[in-house]
Amino acid sequence: MKNKSIKTLKFLGLGFLEPLIHMIDGEERRKNATRFVKGSLLPLVSIFLFIFLWHQGAMALYNSEAKERIEKARIEQGEQAALDMKACIESGEVSCQPNTLPSPAKVYQAYIALWQDHLSISQKKSEFKEKVSETNAQREAQGLDPITYTGRPSFLDQIGTSLKTVAAGFLLAMLIAVPIGVVIGLSDSLRTAFNWLIQIFKPVSPVVWLLLVFMVVKTVIKDPSIDKSFIISSISVGLCAMWATLVNTSMGVSSVDKDYLNVAKVLKLNIGQNIFKIVLPASLPLIFTGLRITVSVAWMVLIAIELLAQSPGLGSFVWEEFQNGGNDSNAKIIVAMFVIGIIGFVLDRIMLSVQNLMTFNKGIA
Amino acid sequence: MGLLELKNVSKTFGQGINKNEVLSDINLSVEDGEFVAIVGFSGSGKTTLINLINGLLFPDSGEVLLDGSPISGPGPDRGMIFQNYSLLPWLSVYSNVKLAVDEVFSKLSKKEKDAHIRKYIDMVNLTPAVDKKPSELSGGMRQRVSVARTLAINPKILLMDEPLSALDALTRGTLQQEILKIWNQEKKTVILITNDVDEGILMADRIIPLTPGPKATLGPESKVTIERPRNVTQLNQNPEYKRLRNDILEYLIDVGATRKQVSDQKYILPELKPVMPGRVVFGRRRKKEAVKYF
Repeated sequence: MKNKSIKTLKFLGLGFLEPLIHMIDGEERRKNATRFVKGSLLPLVSIFLFIFLWHQGAMALYNSEAKERIEKARIEQGEQAALDMKACIESGEVSCQPNTLPSPAKVYQAYIALWQDHLSISQKKSEFKEKVSETNAQREAQGLDPITYTGRPSFLDQIGTSLKTVAAGFLLAMLIAVPIGVVIGLSDSLRTAFNWLIQIFKPVSPVVWLLLVFMVVKTVIKDPSIDKSFIISSISVGLCAMWATLVNTSMGVSSVDKDYLNVAKVLKLNIGQNIFKIVLPASLPLIFTGLRITVSVAWMVLIAIELLAQSPGLGSFVWEEFQNGGNDSNAKIIVAMFVIGIIGFVLDRIMLSVQNLMTFNKGIA
Repeated sequence: MGLLELKNVSKTFGQGINKNEVLSDINLSVEDGEFVAIVGFSGSGKTTLINLINGLLFPDSGEVLLDGSPISGPGPDRGMIFQNYSLLPWLSVYSNVKLAVDEVFSKLSKKEKDAHIRKYIDMVNLTPAVDKKPSELSGGMRQRVSVARTLAINPKILLMDEPLSALDALTRGTLQQEILKIWNQEKKTVILITNDVDEGILMADRIIPLTPGPKATLGPESKVTIERPRNVTQLNQNPEYKRLRNDILEYLIDVGATRKQVSDQKYILPELKPVMPGRVVFGRRRKKEAVKYF
């Protein structure tokens, strides 16, 4: 039981809780307590330190911005205006708030606001669904498209869209990069033939990929009813992120242990069996390392691409908030920043677990 | 004519200045059912020789004949036991053997295959570990899997490239006896490559030294006439064994010595006088200071 739960925790990437389990089990309490403090309390302390410094910095920026506003009012409109401005800022009125880096508290408020916004929107959605359910049933009977909710998406919907885009891009990257990587890895001549292409396209910026994909997709898809922005952004994400997998796969395939290949030769395996029974299993660890890098690159690149492609998602959320210039826009952008970071971290963790599952102990073959 | 014939075989690696003739003028004939051991120093080209026989390498001149026809590449008629086991680490013991059986006996039914696989795993006493991965096995057990995998494809010739050299002395002793037992049952032709003269004498019918490379070639062969089954402790008292062992070792050391003389190189050593720490005196003598090393 105990060992099993430790194993599960380690698999999930929560290995730092291990000493706690030992401690509860009554095993070397003092030693495990120290280990637990080191492993989990120290990061907590550093989080608090980070928030404290952030708060101090935000306050300093807020004060300097406020001072400047008052000063500006004094110069342009005289002493009375300056006093009014001061009173206005102190009263906390929305119209005259200094616009700068938001403090942690404000970010938390924005987070709550976004959450409530999501709740109200989903309520509206379900109401709408109820309202149109009869009509939709009729329309379906007549062979028409059902009426769908077209209101503003909530923050959570945006996250969902972003995840969908990344998943599509990742699948595309995998479907392109793994087979090509295997083929290139198997043949020395192909590797030399295409190396220049990989080396040149690998460092190309996501923005350029987006424009390139836009040029092609615009010409290929003429049907206005298809959601082009989703296609464009997911293809660009895939193209940006596939290089890590491509390089890793071809490297993994070309560096399969010679002993395994000799086994295949002695048994006279044909090329298909050689690939599926020897080469692919032997290079799986490297392929999955590549896929893990691909996921993190895809997520990182996605925000920039959505921002430019005007496709819905976290990227466009950030951009719209920036354009809005509402008094809590800055705080919302920072909420989005944390959400992006945390989701990226979780994705990486998932891939790491999958990778660990795929890795056999190569050292003692 | 023997089952396997090597005629004037030579093999060269590299080009130009780096050209290195590893084997030259190798002649060998192995009869059906014979156990031949080839002994030599490490680096003398033993692995190259066995790779020429199993078809992973081809000779530059001369020919390797199996049943009278030249070898065109690797094949399951020559089972190979590698020095480093070459098991596939992502497959269990059973699947490692199955991979070979599937390939060679593709026409057998599932049930027959299963029986076949289990028979050979049982032969090497690995039935309890049948579902384990190679990483969970000791070195000796891994080599047994390799033996089972090779025997399961029912080869005409069994090639063993220093199969036991990575094992500790005790495991080596048991595995030697086990391989002999299996050889006795299966009556296969075996070529054993080894760097251990004792192992060669214990196991083989015929023992042939390979001179140190480059340009390694086979030395004079000696027949081992000691009666089977051979036992290590009894062997140590056997005068025939002692004579054989001395002959072969002497030969190998002799050819090794002449080889060294050819490539004799003078090393110029710097002229240094050894200095005792703590006794060095710079200028005046400091009497009071005791020397402390730690």
